[in-house]
Amino acid sequence: MHVAVCVKQIPDPAAPGRLDPETKTLVREGKFVMDDSDSYGVEMALQLVQAAGGGAVTAISMAPNNEIKGVKDALAMGADSAIVVSDPALKGSDALSTARVLAAAVTRAGDGAGPVDLVVTATESTDGYTGTTPVQLAALLDLPAVTFVKKVVCDGSKVTVERQTDEGYDEVESTLPALVTVTAGVVEPRYPSFKAIMAAKNKPCHVVGLADLGLDASQVGFAGARQEITEVLAAEERKGGDIVEDDGDAHLRIVSYLESLKVI
Amino acid sequence: MAVGTIWAVVEPSSGGAATNGLELLRGARELTSTIGAVTFGDASGAAETLGDHGASTVLTVDTGNAMAGVPVAAAIAAAVEARGADGPTAILLPQTYEGRDIAGRLSVALDAPVLANVVGLEERDGRLVAEHAVFGGSTIVKAAFTTDRVQLFVVRPKTFVAEGGAGGAGAVEALPIPDTGRPGATTVVARHAEERIGPKLDEAPVVVSGGRGLGDKERFAMIEELARLLKGAPGASRAIVDAGWVPYSYQVGQTGKTVKPNVYLAVGISGATQHMVGMKGAKKIIAINKDREAPIFGIADLGVVGDVNKVVPKLIDALKSR
Ligand SMILES: Cc1cc2nc3c(=O)[nH]c(=O)nc-3n(C[C@H](O)[C@H](O)[C@H](O)COP(=O)(O)OP(=O)(O)OC[C@H]3O[C@@H](n4cnc5c(N)ncnc54)[C@H](O)[C@@H]3O)c2cc1C
Ligand SMILES: Nc1ncnc2c1ncn2[C@@H]1O[C@H](COP(=O)(O)O)[C@@H](O)[C@H]1O
Repeated sequence: MHVAVCVKQIPDPAAPGRLDPETKTLVREGKFVMDDSDSYGVEMALQLVQAAGGGAVTAISMAPNNEIKGVKDALAMGADSAIVVSDPALKGSDALSTARVLAAAVTRAGDGAGPVDLVVTATESTDGYTGTTPVQLAALLDLPAVTFVKKVVCDGSKVTVERQTDEGYDEVESTLPALVTVTAGVVEPRYPSFKAIMAAKNKPCHVVGLADLGLDASQVGFAGARQEITEVLAAEERKGGDIVEDDGDAHLRIVSYLESLKVI
Repeated sequence: MAVGTIWAVVEPSSGGAATNGLELLRGARELTSTIGAVTFGDASGAAETLGDHGASTVLTVDTGNAMAGVPVAAAIAAAVEARGADGPTAILLPQTYEGRDIAGRLSVALDAPVLANVVGLEERDGRLVAEHAVFGGSTIVKAAFTTDRVQLFVVRPKTFVAEGGAGGAGAVEALPIPDTGRPGATTVVARHAEERIGPKLDEAPVVVSGGRGLGDKERFAMIEELARLLKGAPGASRAIVDAGWVPYSYQVGQTGKTVKPNVYLAVGISGATQHMVGMKGAKKIIAINKDREAPIFGIADLGVVGDVNKVVPKLIDALKSR
């Protein structure tokens, strides 16, 4: 079984974000890491290949500046190889252009390690969180997609998944190949051993440009996004109110506050 | 108005039209007078409600047992193309499971970019400008399309307030679904609903949410008890959803529900930006946390610095004895 798993590399989410005053897009600088959200997808991919009795996991990533640090995290977890699409023209790409690039990379992965049976992504990224890239990717690859998945069982040409819903979950069946998106908490991502981290250094990590994938610069980046930021303003701030230390009677403060709000 | 026709995707919920869809109709009414509601499942039978909320036409898609994304997007894409200049200039979709599935497919079918996480829409010189809240809601970014493709906006629930009284039942038209090929091969074989009593989380006037500060899974019972006493709904931070204490449907925040209750109680929740974007719109916020420096206190109207295991049981007793 060949699983392609999307791995977004993002600036350390603990560092405060800011917007580029010129382009008004998110500044992506500093040390890059694998988006935590994707560690669940990598783990899911590894487990599925193991359950299938073997195969390969290919990590797929798009990043503007030859960034591979975050992808190394996926390789250290156990992915067999990686394809990273990097090109200066990718800067400013929106979800649809990103999906276009990822689709070309998944197709390339299929040419390399055999046809891709399943594409795994996170439900939404930590820094972009549009949540539309995965379904756009599925549409471009002409694949069925099951989103918000918490459990996946592959059985030959079929996949059965539990999909989270507002009320609970749905059991959904789909043919393979397909794409699934997973949310945090569905599996427990493994911590790579020191040995695995060292071994990852020698795993194939192909960095390719747009032209290598037959894509045109006009389809991606700021040009492909076909949207612009018109304004950036500070939101109205919500101010804090009274803060009281609990001296054993703080619950009474809450009761009288609820009374004043006529909740009770 | 220069904006033209707007369509809003209204998904089903408990046998009728979901509130988040009615909210989109309310938003559309601010921008135009020609509004179509695209519905599927049980929402298709809600023509009267949809008309009352502003839809002049109700376009239904019969999705059967398929997941909604593929067939609904295919039907909309075909309808948009068939209508040409008479079709919609913008389509509003709710930022929900189905809404995002439909938006992603539509985007590719129509080669149209998407603006997601929209929390406001306005018309400026004849074009639609969307508002987005970033950095935990501290900054507002406004954005617009630079293409004349159909404009796809994925709007966060609670952006607009649903309101009826706009008119009678809309004209109903069934949209045919073209052949969806391989992507259409997903079927829902069974649905499992979790038992939930009391008001719905995103509609409750009072929401009591618990976080990791509760210490362990069993103590979430305190949150449920408190919610029940206040006739509200229990909610949760992602930390305890990920830990498996409560189902995902309890989650409040960026990846979960947006709530705007009259009162929000955050119990043992730190106030991460991703949590705050989902509850900052509450009229009043009460927080209980043992850490005086917890960010949640920065937005709480009443903050109690204390141990949840001491404060909450006493609060429950006090409410019970009233
Ligand atoms: C892409 C992305 C999306 C996310 N989406 C969401 C989302 O939708 N919703 C969400 O909630 N989070 C979301 N998060 C996670 C978010 O960043 C936080 O990790 C999460 O909200 C923390 O939950 P918490 O406040 O329960 O836990 P913690 O941050 O661990 O806070 C626990 C708090 O409890 C307090 N505490 C501990 N013991 C006690 C005690 N005995 N009495 C009183 N107080 C005590 C502590 O002081 C602390 O402030 C998202 C993160 C990412 C990356
Ligand atoms: N540049 C990227 N490289 C690899 N995967 C990506 C990239 N952008 C998005 N994805 C995948 O798509 C998911 C949703 O992203 P988003 O649409 O930004 O919320 C992410 O969590 C990733 O799994």
